[in-house]
Amino acid sequence: MSRAAVRVILPYHLQNLAGVGREVGVAVDGAVTPRSILDALEAAYPMLRGTVRDHVSHARRPMLRFFACGEDLSLESIDAPLPEAVASGTEPFRIVGAIAGG
Amino acid sequence: MSGVRILVGTHKGAFILTSDGKRESWEVTGPHFGGLEIYHLKGSPVDPNRIYASQVGDWFGQVVHRSSDGGQSWEAVGNKFLYDGATGTHQWYDGTPHPWEFKRVWHFEPSLTDPDTVYAGAEDAALFRTTDGGQTWNELTGLRTHESGPRWAPGAGGMGLHTILLDPTNPKRMYIAISAAGVFRTDDGGQTWTPANRGLRSDFMPDPEAEVGHCVHRIALHPSRPSTLFMQKHWDVMRSDDSGETWQEVSGNLPSDFGFVVDVHAHEPETIYVVPILSDSLHYPPDGKLRVYRSKAGGNEWQALAKGLPQKDCYVNILRDAMSVDSLDPCGVYFGTTGGQVYASPDAGESWAPIVHDLPAVLSVEAQTLP
Repeated sequence: MSRAAVRVILPYHLQNLAGVGREVGVAVDGAVTPRSILDALEAAYPMLRGTVRDHVSHARRPMLRFFACGEDLSLESIDAPLPEAVASGTEPFRIVGAIAGG
Repeated sequence: MSGVRILVGTHKGAFILTSDGKRESWEVTGPHFGGLEIYHLKGSPVDPNRIYASQVGDWFGQVVHRSSDGGQSWEAVGNKFLYDGATGTHQWYDGTPHPWEFKRVWHFEPSLTDPDTVYAGAEDAALFRTTDGGQTWNELTGLRTHESGPRWAPGAGGMGLHTILLDPTNPKRMYIAISAAGVFRTDDGGQTWTPANRGLRSDFMPDPEAEVGHCVHRIALHPSRPSTLFMQKHWDVMRSDDSGETWQEVSGNLPSDFGFVVDVHAHEPETIYVVPILSDSLHYPPDGKLRVYRSKAGGNEWQALAKGLPQKDCYVNILRDAMSVDSLDPCGVYFGTTGGQVYASPDAGESWAPIVHDLPAVLSVEAQTLP
């Protein structure tokens, strides 16, 4: 099984929660999809479980979105393969919080 | 000399205020979890340096933080709050059935005997417990699945289980309160629950004296007399002298009997405190004057305590978990406002001074008395 070194960019508060910088690298086995990236991310940083997606349904939290290669992938299947540039580490997978607040 | 630590949850982080036993000068640390909504923090009575904090928010959901050094450092622990079994429905604002959905933890209540055991009150209303310091949480399903559950409804802030009182003389007995369902009591450690709302009257309900549906804002007890309970209901201040079996109104001469907080003096079981708010439509103090009211008679006869509090142009609110007392002598009383002030009285309410006055909106205040 292939293993990809994927770059993930986290929103500010999840950087603090995980105790990491803006970008982390995770090793993804097999097809590189949003699900496999999040599986690897949560395995490496268990404190992030439940913060990006629901514990059980794995539904993306509604005020977060996924981007890669300039495309909004939030509404794509979480099992859809991501562009090769993500799998190769050329481009990061971005988890972005909604620009809203108060 | 013993001291005091005040744990403050706000709309944009947590703050920790510490002082010695004089309670005149204060050290402020924070924000902890800056920018994030911290609904509540509370320390273990048997290990005050063990503190649990509830971080909530629309972006990242529920996160639970735990400190073992009095809030100097924190680690994230378990945040998996799953309703056990079928969730069913409760009433929505318009009376239609609405599915139970976990939204956030409103309140942590650490065990009186074990720092790793903590109860968590959730929205939508349910009670969870950890026995491993917050790593895993399990629901005490007997409450949510009570036969009256389909008739519970949310208050304006959501259907939160906001108060958990542990009876220090009976480890099997506890009380919880839900907006808007009311008070429930267990005598078997949380397996089964009984509504404890007889005597409450809520005129907004189709049946004003129904068994459930009352918007109870807060209940409190004194540990030396745990069968006596005090309540700030949506409207009405109430007391029970029979473990919640029956309630009597003790609003007496209060300028308004609407409010959120109620607490009991640490050494005088009949001395209680409330902060009257003008109405449920206005949510600020009467006449623009911030006044704590104290009764030394367990209710009915109330005295305004205003020394050091703003007496003009004051339009803040004091939320239900935002008052607390220490156990020094004289008893210290503390409360926080939606305007970001935390007021302290080192003399049981006779005089007040702000510890801080420009925090984000205060959601919760918990006083710890340190050895």
